[in-house]
Amino acid sequence: MAKLRGTGMAAVNYPTGMNLGGDPSQALVHATTSGSFVVTLSATDLGQGLRTVIGQIAAETLGVAYDQVVVDTADTDTGPHDMGTFASRATHRVGNAVIAAAVEARKALLDVAAEEFEASVDEIELDGHGNLMVRGVPARSMPVAEVASMAQFKYGRTIAGRGSFMKPRSEVDPETGAMDPDSTEAHACTVAEVEVDTETGEVTVLSIRSAYEVGRQVNPALVQGQITGGAWMGMSHALYETTAPYYPAPDHSPRDFSEYLMPGPLELPEIDCVVLEMPSSNGPYGVKGIGEMTANSPIPAIVNAIYHATGVRIDSLPVTPEKILRGLDARRP
Amino acid sequence: MASTIVTFELGGREVEVLVRPMTTLQSVLRNQLGQTATKDGCRQGGCGSCTVLVDGEPMASCLLPIEDVAGRRVTTLESLTPAEGLHPVQQAFVDEYAFQCGYCTPGMVMLSKALLDHDPAPNDEAIGQALAGNLCRCTGYRPIVDAIRHASGAMSGHDTEPVR
Amino acid sequence: MTAPLEVVGRSVERSDAVGHVTGRTRFAADRAFPGMLHLKMVRSPLHHARVRGIDLSEAERVPGFVRALTAADVPHNRYTILSLIGVEPEEEFVLAEDRVRFKGEAIVAIVAETEEAAMEAVAKVRLDLDELPAVFDVEEALKPGAPIVTHWGNNTFMYEGHPCRRVRLGDVEAAFARADHIVEGVYNSSPIEHAPLETTGCIAVPEGGRFTVYTNTQALYFSLDNTSIILQVPGNRLHFIGGTVGGGFGGKVDVIVEPIATLAAMKTGRPVRFVYSRSEEMQVSSTRSAWRIYLKDGVTADGRIIARKVTSYADSGAYSRQTPYALTKHAANAAGPYAIPNVSIDAYCVYTNRQPTSAMRGFGVTMASFALEVQMDRIAETVGLDPWSIRFLNAYRNGDMKPHRKLADDATLIETMQAAAALVGHELTAEQQAMTSAPRAGGDPGGR
Repeated sequence: MAKLRGTGMAAVNYPTGMNLGGDPSQALVHATTSGSFVVTLSATDLGQGLRTVIGQIAAETLGVAYDQVVVDTADTDTGPHDMGTFASRATHRVGNAVIAAAVEARKALLDVAAEEFEASVDEIELDGHGNLMVRGVPARSMPVAEVASMAQFKYGRTIAGRGSFMKPRSEVDPETGAMDPDSTEAHACTVAEVEVDTETGEVTVLSIRSAYEVGRQVNPALVQGQITGGAWMGMSHALYETTAPYYPAPDHSPRDFSEYLMPGPLELPEIDCVVLEMPSSNGPYGVKGIGEMTANSPIPAIVNAIYHATGVRIDSLPVTPEKILRGLDARRP
Repeated sequence: MASTIVTFELGGREVEVLVRPMTTLQSVLRNQLGQTATKDGCRQGGCGSCTVLVDGEPMASCLLPIEDVAGRRVTTLESLTPAEGLHPVQQAFVDEYAFQCGYCTPGMVMLSKALLDHDPAPNDEAIGQALAGNLCRCTGYRPIVDAIRHASGAMSGHDTEPVR
Repeated sequence: MTAPLEVVGRSVERSDAVGHVTGRTRFAADRAFPGMLHLKMVRSPLHHARVRGIDLSEAERVPGFVRALTAADVPHNRYTILSLIGVEPEEEFVLAEDRVRFKGEAIVAIVAETEEAAMEAVAKVRLDLDELPAVFDVEEALKPGAPIVTHWGNNTFMYEGHPCRRVRLGDVEAAFARADHIVEGVYNSSPIEHAPLETTGCIAVPEGGRFTVYTNTQALYFSLDNTSIILQVPGNRLHFIGGTVGGGFGGKVDVIVEPIATLAAMKTGRPVRFVYSRSEEMQVSSTRSAWRIYLKDGVTADGRIIARKVTSYADSGAYSRQTPYALTKHAANAAGPYAIPNVSIDAYCVYTNRQPTSAMRGFGVTMASFALEVQMDRIAETVGLDPWSIRFLNAYRNGDMKPHRKLADDATLIETMQAAAALVGHELTAEQQAMTSAPRAGGDPGGR
């Protein structure tokens, strides 16, 4: 009996956006009298940080500081339509909608500034720190807040924009399967290292190291969070989780967390990653979706590592100690 | 069964509640006192999202009959949070992005606070042991372990930089 | 967008951070309303049964009982979530009618003054059920004589007249005939629960002729529009508020608590809370489907995959919810990120008497990736290549036609594998280091 180590890899792609399209997201942006901007959505933040990254995208497009943007979601009386948060679609779809809305709102803001400065709108620029100015004439500068206030009280105008993004619906040819099932594809390659105890069949995952290509990272810490959390979930799917421990028999299904197995903080592998940015043609600032795919490549990487360590190829998930011990038994002469 | 009056200390002040027998502390906090920072993830002691401190010890409030806290000192996340700013454990969770959906966070913060009160410089093994009853489905735990180490440094007056 | 970016690309603090660490973030079920009632569900104890009768007499005598709702109370009781995007037929029942198709299926909703009273009344509802034979395996469900789960006579979702989603490119059988190796594998996965820390739930509140619904749905308009259909009320009488979700992972795309809670609020004129218990979340809420995936690959002696045949079965459980969509997504991705000129994919959405399945993180693709990437190692071993080399050799490039006939225009598998090799210190050959995802000379399919 021994502890055997092995390494396995897997390489995957993953589609961004709702399969086949036809899934609109909309956004409204308006300025308040104090010069902050409100982004109104009905999209949902699942914890991945949608509110935060949408605020960043809006600030970038508007040319104002991040803390000048408030993201207000999700209320169907106020927020325009959104298909929902799933299919790694939210940052891509909502981000594009917010860019469109922010471009329109920014133009309304520049129009007021141009009128006030008696300049052409092409000459007006935002410095990204809360000021509007006539290009090359720093003396003719005014805080966004002042222009926003002026728009409402002096000119009687709204500073607002509407945005929508929808990938047109693609039909599937029922005979050939010809279709357009994604907006873009993100990629990952994961290498896992495991140690298998041949006495107990238990697997210790020593490390999960990955490269991800995600188009562009709006918020690298949040991307890192998806990768770390996804690596854990992938490991959990590979080795622990199921609601049918004797599948396909439905018996002994877990009722609570004491019966539903997942790895805890004492089972954590070393998790490392590198993130490549190769902007997509159609995502906001080149974004691709990262939310879902991070649990995918760790699973086969771990299963391949177990084979490398033991010579036992397991083709059914989860890879329980029982399956490994039966596999080891079958290999004995 | 007749209701009874139970008195305990909550966040430094005495509270009195009228409860039916076997009502849990979790139910009293959430449903009678409106203290909804204490979460409700399973009511089976299986997830830790309802963790509060009773006389400084972390406990699953969903399993604790209110009669058992009579005369004792209960600390919830509401009472941990300072009037201004954040407790160092809370700040460390912010700095380390130690949550995604946030549902486990109140219990994690309370547990971490109790751990650091007992062991100001826990190693990863001690942190892992302490966290064993509190589940997180989003982060993979690593950012939470990092946050606790970060908070440990901050509370002992050194290493206040995020671990990340 | 060539100007340097100011805010995009920076790790700014999460806007919800302080709310989360102080517990001030309000989740759907953190709210309370005066006069709020509690809804609990009477569920089938059997996997498959005919419903002969429901006796509410004892339940109605429980102190605090307010009312019961059965199928007859639901205006449009048979629905399908994806009817919003044209998916047919309507197949799931808000409350069971004459048959229950999985253990845990909702039959009667009990509304009471307290949770305890609702639970006590649930326990006192008497069901008269005739147990029927049940099926739990995807391939057993397709055999002649298998118990039929659906109301239309077979156990598959029908895709435009086909029992599976098909993808066809090239001539797979001809390529198998000229291949040097045939590599086959069968891959299985068991169902997996989303297990969000916050269970599925909502509170429906009557407000001046309208209904405000506080919910943890992942998709507010999916929930609102389906509630509108099920209750046959105009959408403008519904106001859904959400946006804070204590873990979703796909499980909260189902529309499962809002319609019945809103109906209960309509019938009682009072706020109604319906929040799943942990055991309901585990045993009743959707799971990730179990999958069985057969792969057959034709490979040349030097390791090129020239044909791939995929036959996949997803166990949808008793109702399909979002799973038909998953099979289409699966079919679009089931050949993997590789350039394979001959591909045949049959992807079946199969009904069984298991708890329904639905969207989960990586929907339709996670188990495809598992099967494909274990299979790639099998192929590597067969032809005597290492795992890296087999993947570099077959990696797709921009301009390659994918099996669904869209040309790849954003392939970066090669660059991603190069980065991973550098990260882990795996030494690539000079040729592998020099590769890129740029279009092949001569375009597709000349370079293969």
